[in-house]
Amino acid sequence: MLDKSRWSGFILGLRLGLPVTPGIMAFGLVVGAAAARQGLSFLQSLAMNFLVCSGIAQLIALEIWPPALTWGVIATIASLTAVVGARLFLMSVAMRPWFGQVPAWQAYAGLFFLTDATWLIAMRYRADGGSDIAVYFGAAAAIMAGWLAATAVGYLAGGFISDPAKYGFDLVMPAFFAAMLVPLWAGTRRALGWIIGGIVAVAVERMVPGWWFIVAGSITGAVAGGYLDEPKK
Amino acid sequence: MSFDLGTFGTWMAIAAMAAVTYAIRVGGFWLMGYVPLTRRVRSILNALPGSVVVAVILPLAVRGGIAATAAVLTSLFVMAFRRNDLLAVMCGMGAAALVRAF
Repeated sequence: MLDKSRWSGFILGLRLGLPVTPGIMAFGLVVGAAAARQGLSFLQSLAMNFLVCSGIAQLIALEIWPPALTWGVIATIASLTAVVGARLFLMSVAMRPWFGQVPAWQAYAGLFFLTDATWLIAMRYRADGGSDIAVYFGAAAAIMAGWLAATAVGYLAGGFISDPAKYGFDLVMPAFFAAMLVPLWAGTRRALGWIIGGIVAVAVERMVPGWWFIVAGSITGAVAGGYLDEPKK
Repeated sequence: MSFDLGTFGTWMAIAAMAAVTYAIRVGGFWLMGYVPLTRRVRSILNALPGSVVVAVILPLAVRGGIAATAAVLTSLFVMAFRRNDLLAVMCGMGAAALVRAF
């Protein structure tokens, strides 16, 4: 199955993933350090980073991580993970047009690696007309490798990163999101939907605690953009 | 409900987080398998990526004050003019660090 063109797709994916990797790694250092601070073993930290692989969700979970875990706390952590990860659900929705065309096992394996960064790269690649799933797996591999390496270093050298905000590390993801808006640009008509969604998101953020503003703003923006879109294209 | 589960508890918490996250990651894709991809649905899905991006950064910029706004705007401008995402993110972080230093 892995013929030459597959490999060139995978390598293209690795290349697309590389520019993001330093940003992921900066964030990974912080998450790894948080895991060490909360008394997770190295193996536990590694397992969490691979299986959960959601920086913000892990940071928040580790923030409330108590010294003694009870079933009640585990339920709280699980539901927090769900709330913080809600945007991944919408990203998963947006993967349908592409991943609906590949064999199911590839789609469901690929979605395991769905993160903010892999999704942004996938959307950008799709916007440029690409459809090779090997590219997606290449980008996912680059990001996962960088993530696991950085969280490991953060775990082992955690004490040195006392104040990540000082160096702007806490703003890596917002900055990356902002940069990704440029390749997603597809005319003012669609941008009108984005703006409507953005206003809703800001309003919801003011009124509702937690991360629901992402869900509310995204859905409003997508529906508004979808109805403002040219009927023929 | 209240006794310490020890190491087992830690593993259970990690497993719970992993299960929840995977369910979310495949959930949207799976659900859309039951929604016919009409032209309208396709338009909405096309508008979704940018909407998610804006819904994430705009409130964070408003909440995060000058430093976050500087990071987001710098990154956006560098990307628009240089088309280099690594440079954009680095400049965004640099702008935030600069704002915080003064």
